[in-house]
Amino acid sequence: MALTLKVNGTSHTVDVEAETPLLWVLRDTIGLTGTKYGCGIAKCGACTVHIDGQAARSCNTKVSDAVGKTITTIEGLSTDSKHPVQVAWADIGVPQCGYCQSGQIMAAAALLSKNKKPTDADIDAEMDGNMCRCGTYLRIRAAIHRAAELAAR
Amino acid sequence: MTKMEISRRDFLVTTASAAGGLMIGFHLSSASAAANVNAQPWLIPTDKEGTEVNAWLTIDPTGVVTVRVPHTEQGQGALTSVPMMIAEELEVDWKMIKAVFADPNRHVRNNNEYVTMSTSGSNVVRTQHPRFFEAGAQARERLKAAAAKAWGVPVTDVVAKDSTLTAGTRRGTYAEFATAAASVVLTDKPKIKAPDQWTLLGTGVNRLDIPLKVNGSAAYAIDTRLPNMVYAAVKCCAVPWGDLKSFNFDAIKGRPGVIAAVEMKKVAGKTGGADMQSGVAVVADSWYRAKTALDLMPIEWDFGKNANVSTASLLQRHMEALDKPGEVRDKIGGDTQAMIAAASKVVKADYSRPYETHMRMEPINATVSVAADRVDVWAPSQDQAAALALAADQSKVDPKNVYVHTTFIGGAFGGGGGGNTAVTKQATELSRVMGRPVKVVWTREEDVTNDKQRGMGVNRFAVALGTNGLPTAWMSRSVGVETRADTGITDMPYLVPNRHHERTVLDSHIPTATHRAPGTNQNGFMRESFVDEVAQAGGWNPLDWRLEMTKGLPKWQIVLKAMKEKAGFRTDLPKGEGMGVAIMEDHASICATCATVTVSKRGVLNIEKLFVVINSGYVINPRNCSEQLEGAACWELGTAWMAGLDLKDGRFTNTNFDSYQLMRIGQMPPVEVAFALEKGDTWGGMGEPSGPPTPAAVANAIFYATGKRIRSTPFRNHDLSWA
Repeated sequence: MALTLKVNGTSHTVDVEAETPLLWVLRDTIGLTGTKYGCGIAKCGACTVHIDGQAARSCNTKVSDAVGKTITTIEGLSTDSKHPVQVAWADIGVPQCGYCQSGQIMAAAALLSKNKKPTDADIDAEMDGNMCRCGTYLRIRAAIHRAAELAAR
Repeated sequence: MTKMEISRRDFLVTTASAAGGLMIGFHLSSASAAANVNAQPWLIPTDKEGTEVNAWLTIDPTGVVTVRVPHTEQGQGALTSVPMMIAEELEVDWKMIKAVFADPNRHVRNNNEYVTMSTSGSNVVRTQHPRFFEAGAQARERLKAAAAKAWGVPVTDVVAKDSTLTAGTRRGTYAEFATAAASVVLTDKPKIKAPDQWTLLGTGVNRLDIPLKVNGSAAYAIDTRLPNMVYAAVKCCAVPWGDLKSFNFDAIKGRPGVIAAVEMKKVAGKTGGADMQSGVAVVADSWYRAKTALDLMPIEWDFGKNANVSTASLLQRHMEALDKPGEVRDKIGGDTQAMIAAASKVVKADYSRPYETHMRMEPINATVSVAADRVDVWAPSQDQAAALALAADQSKVDPKNVYVHTTFIGGAFGGGGGGNTAVTKQATELSRVMGRPVKVVWTREEDVTNDKQRGMGVNRFAVALGTNGLPTAWMSRSVGVETRADTGITDMPYLVPNRHHERTVLDSHIPTATHRAPGTNQNGFMRESFVDEVAQAGGWNPLDWRLEMTKGLPKWQIVLKAMKEKAGFRTDLPKGEGMGVAIMEDHASICATCATVTVSKRGVLNIEKLFVVINSGYVINPRNCSEQLEGAACWELGTAWMAGLDLKDGRFTNTNFDSYQLMRIGQMPPVEVAFALEKGDTWGGMGEPSGPPTPAAVANAIFYATGKRIRSTPFRNHDLSWA
């Protein structure tokens, strides 16, 4: 069926089954491949996007549930990689293989939008759903603190 | 240092790179025009390729040097470390460096021009550095020779520094002389710097690929999109070596987007990595439609003779084998068994680890386009030349017409070698059958079920103690399903005067292949936990015991002495708190971990800190090396603490992140890193060595906190409560 999605400020009309996970519509139908598939069961966080500003796992969000909402993917977080989270991520050099990092960055950005100065415990609680197999966790924590400072300037 | 010689041919080849291939399909292809690496990293990051000075680098008119990296980038930093090594000898301003992956097709066409494209065994810096130094030095000397000729001065008068050539008042840029340099033939082997002359190496350079990994533009194989491409979901027999009996395509063929169902035939490969299991693929116009239809398609399997195997039955087979003699692998001194039988004080223990899986973040996938005259491949392989050969073999196309495009890899951990190759053959076969490009993506469950695993392993140890509490006789037996079942045991450093070791390798229906730090990761836990028991039984401080038992071995002593100075290790903490140490050799590096833990009375483990010391000989980028040590420690600790495959009815039952648990951010301890470098002839690896000692350090710390020895993984299966 034809559905209209608003992704990164652009409207896309897609012809997919209503129950298709948003992840696959983003990746295969629209072609925004920055959002990654990791588990398909909302247990790794690689597919994290923002829906109306909230972090959401796109692999278990039905595309029909995203209609009429504002969807932001890693490609739309900023046009120039200058979102404070991206700046902090680059300064600290967080990524290794990088595969989980779109999800990590989107989760971190959502956290900072509701909590301007998260503690380590706040970060651990919010980022618990985002798996990283390279073990960049310590730099993720440091970069979130750094991004909070950058955003406060 | 310069054992690897670059052939004369490298000086003369000026073939333009054929890396182009199908430069289509990615939405963000121009996003990185100003970046140091193209988001599609098999493509050059500049508008126009510069002059090829040798096979390893080009210089463009603006002075940009683009280094061709023959290895893969899977988070270990090769895309930065290779250019660093070349830049050091080339004497080029680092800001002028860009990087691109070397072309596997060219490598194959020119008889292995880049010598190896494998990225494994922590090899990029450890074993390949002479080649990169020589490549940079050759280019430098050719630039100098070209300038000397143009200026009519002896080449010895020409100085190369910061991308500039000077001789007296003469001055020119690398860019000016690049074309002339390309045809220079050197007669002498260029001089390579001694490490104390390095100016770039040893500094904490930022990784070149970072900007692409904060905006979603970095292209992984799974992101490949080609015109006319279709998608396939694959299900192979959940019990390895079982057979597909039938499938009912009619039941799903009316579903939206579904195109075909194709049987995947079983092929026992020449190596484990080339195996293909029996199964079926559903092809559709989107991956989710293919996957949904596959899930709904009725399939009948003949699971075969292994359908009753379970974790318990496998472990029982291993334990039974421990009771029988194996192949004698070490025999030093007298009759150790008799000595142990007669000794007044003996320490004995059995240790085990289960099957474990890679769990790369990027699930197993490949995209292949088989056309009449060429094949194009995008696959997260750790050896692009091997991926090329697999696609050529399956398509029956001449390897010279097969083009592998080196993407970023979403984690490898050894799985991009043997574990990730069947999918390349599947995608090749499907593209051949469908007559169009096909992207195959395995679900996470398929990835775990049909990956090549790290095999189960067990060890039995018995040691007799002398009057000074140190071992006088050592007997050990390793049983596993891989020949590496006793890595780290046969070559242990501890100087026991009488020693006997045996190994038995069992058959298993479960395919295995390399994992991170193969062998040493499993046996690091088992050996280093056991020797801790030996030290404690003999009344020795476990760190002092390791120092005593490696006397006369400087590469071990330098690490243990640094540990003793800096880690604050102690055994007298209050109950519920503990510190533990362990040390292993892996890929020529010696690495020790000191872990500090707390365990609540109810048995909740918290890892407070890891202190890691490494002797890798040299460190070319301390920042990246610290990150590798942190990451590899986390990787292996997560596995030993929480993971392990459960087998029931011949197949794995915990095949996703919900049931195959691994370390998450809140469980990651702070990691402090120290380098204790010998700076001798040995270059050690960095991507793996902190894994092997870390679980044992934690298990030993748990003992000091609780009085409980942990002799199997995962730790979370053990009751750690104490009163």
